[in-house]
Amino acid sequence: MYKFLLCLRYLRTRYIALASIISVMLGVATMIVVNSVMAGFGTEMRERIHGILADVIVETTSLDGRENAELQMALARKAAGEYIEAMTPTVEVYGMLSFEWAGQWITRPVTLIGIDPETKAKVGPLRDHLESYNARMDGEELIRQALRPREDPISFELTDQAKQYRQQIANWSPNSEGPWEEPPWKSGSDESPSTTPPAEDESPFSRQPATSEVNETPDKPVVAASDPFSDNPFNRVPKASQGPTLIEPTEPTDPNAALPMRLYVGASLIEFPFEDRETGRVKMMRMIEPGDDVKISTVSAGRPPEARHINATVVDVFKSGMSEYDANLVYCNLEQLQNIRGMLNPETGQRSITSIQIKLKDYADADEVVSRLRAAFPAGIFSVKTWEQKQGPLLAAVEIETAILNVLLFLIIAVAGFGILAIFYMIVVEKTRDIGILKSLGATSRGVMSIFLSYGLALGIVGSGVGVLLGLMFVKYINQIEEFITWLTGRDVFDDRIYYFDSIPTSVSLMMVFWVAFGAMAIAVLASIMPARRAARLHPVEALRYE
Amino acid sequence: MSETITMHQPHIASVALEKSYRKGQHKIPVLRGVDISARRGEFLSIVGQSGSGKSTLLHLMGLLDSPNVGEIQLDGERIDDLPQRTRDELRNRVFGFIFQFYHLLPELSLLENVLSPLMIRHSTLTFWKQRRELRQMACEIIDKVGLSHRLRHKPSELSGGEMQRAAIARALVAKPEILLADEPTGNLDASTGQEIMDLLTQLNTEQELTIVMVTHDKAIAQRAHRVVLLTEGRIEEVRQEAA
Repeated sequence: MYKFLLCLRYLRTRYIALASIISVMLGVATMIVVNSVMAGFGTEMRERIHGILADVIVETTSLDGRENAELQMALARKAAGEYIEAMTPTVEVYGMLSFEWAGQWITRPVTLIGIDPETKAKVGPLRDHLESYNARMDGEELIRQALRPREDPISFELTDQAKQYRQQIANWSPNSEGPWEEPPWKSGSDESPSTTPPAEDESPFSRQPATSEVNETPDKPVVAASDPFSDNPFNRVPKASQGPTLIEPTEPTDPNAALPMRLYVGASLIEFPFEDRETGRVKMMRMIEPGDDVKISTVSAGRPPEARHINATVVDVFKSGMSEYDANLVYCNLEQLQNIRGMLNPETGQRSITSIQIKLKDYADADEVVSRLRAAFPAGIFSVKTWEQKQGPLLAAVEIETAILNVLLFLIIAVAGFGILAIFYMIVVEKTRDIGILKSLGATSRGVMSIFLSYGLALGIVGSGVGVLLGLMFVKYINQIEEFITWLTGRDVFDDRIYYFDSIPTSVSLMMVFWVAFGAMAIAVLASIMPARRAARLHPVEALRYE
Repeated sequence: MSETITMHQPHIASVALEKSYRKGQHKIPVLRGVDISARRGEFLSIVGQSGSGKSTLLHLMGLLDSPNVGEIQLDGERIDDLPQRTRDELRNRVFGFIFQFYHLLPELSLLENVLSPLMIRHSTLTFWKQRRELRQMACEIIDKVGLSHRLRHKPSELSGGEMQRAAIARALVAKPEILLADEPTGNLDASTGQEIMDLLTQLNTEQELTIVMVTHDKAIAQRAHRVVLLTEGRIEEVRQEAA
């Protein structure tokens, strides 16, 4: 009883002990904040990678792919059907994206992925990444609402706004010798998303490429708004750069309709940061809008691979938040890509694919599914991986980073522990006489020792308790704190354009909080062992003589 | 008949007690064979000059220290070689200490200070269960020493005499058999010292408490039944009670 009474009194009256409480508190708070932010970033990053890669990926080892998507999917379903929620066939190949902007051609290396949007959307959060399904925000400010409702079936169709935009450039450009009046994209900028409000003098030229692009359109054979996925065998001409030669007679020819090859383009491929001289704010300058036409180059399947070129219409802009993907990926319609790459067996009519993306009912079964699929698919030709295995090095790097940071931060708490040790030694010296009194009243050495051990524990509990509260408050209000620091220093601490986050992502794990608090308490107790032993060993007579 | 037995068997006794301290290379003898005993209910004074070893003798009798040679006997049984645990227990139950500098715990209030031997004796749980009775007991004793108006005060808010009374209350709350007082009036003025001595003699007569008091003040020592003079580690003179 006296132990607790005394250690509570010491806690209240020894202000020097506050120093060690504060150091424990700061250590605990720092660990919680850093871990939460790291976990927030990590979770967000994993989610984004996961969203693009699907749970399990069956890939052919060669770019040529393997025939017959249906057969492969049936094989996968047979092997692990009970775990599989959805599958989508894709073709992945390297390519180049070229477009003309401000009078010059810009070329970007890309990874071209042919997808079937309906099934792809079931495998991953494709809708979340497409701009037309999402409202566009600039910080807190809403720039425009979503262009189509989320219930809309996902396809490579242009939005109404993009169609209108396409119509406007088509109407305007053929008679460019006409009076240089309001260009249509300026007057129509209310509808079409405009990212270049201040660029008064730049915009007329920036749209020049669209002009030339549309000028070419009439020369080319055009498929009117026919379904790009129709199984018309005549569409399956491998030399797709020529395009399908037949126009369905019932459909009226629309020179402004989108080209058969349609793309979702990664946002970073078609924009660049631009600093507004007046406000000093960095804006993203869009070079291509949905409705514009671009050129795609890639290689054909077969040996040796040959270069293939095709004009394509940008249907939507794709923004996953992972810069690695946003600056690299171009999604296109699967069948068109198979057409131009010649991944079509003329005899059987079978199409080839390079990978199947699989979404599982429960990701916990991933290892089981992978081992079953590995058994089902021939090893030399296919490789089966979970998304984590595919992104192994990156994820491992992040994990090691987190672990090292944790070790370093825990050293902070260990330093606090040495602080406790020093302060406790002082308190023991100061309390020598009291220890003698307690012993003369019959207190045992163990009793005296437990006073100081429970004092250490009490310091640990108070320090880590306040630290946990402080850390959680900091995590909760981290964005307000960031704003305040930005206001105070005048520098943007967290540039959301670099990190792709509107706000700092955080994720608090209860286990992490528990272990940090527990570790801090353990260190406090460990640090008090030595002073407590010293106190217990004090000779009562010498302690009493101490005056 | 029973009286004669208690007369013959001393309540507490030291037999051929020797104790020396080491100071560097030198061995400094403090006690050189002390034989002293007190009957049950006796008030014994030990008088000696500073450094004569009287405090050491008291510490040895109260088991705060162990002798180099000799024995301490309680009711005829040797107690100085008992295991540490038992010695702690004896100190808590049999002996009550009063010091010259009161030695109250500064963090605790008067009531808590008085309760502290009971807190040490009982485990947290049993103390909690019996807290009412124990508090009642402590309050009665505090009342007896005349400090019931100071229950919540910290030692720093008390006067010297009040602190010594509090220390006596703390020594009494454990219901000891023997009270060991180390210069209880040494830090007090004459009249307050007399009050403390009145209290001690009252306790001695009312409760038949055996009191062993160490002092350098002959006038104070005279109030005991018997006075023993300690000089250079030996008992010099024994003055029998003038009866």
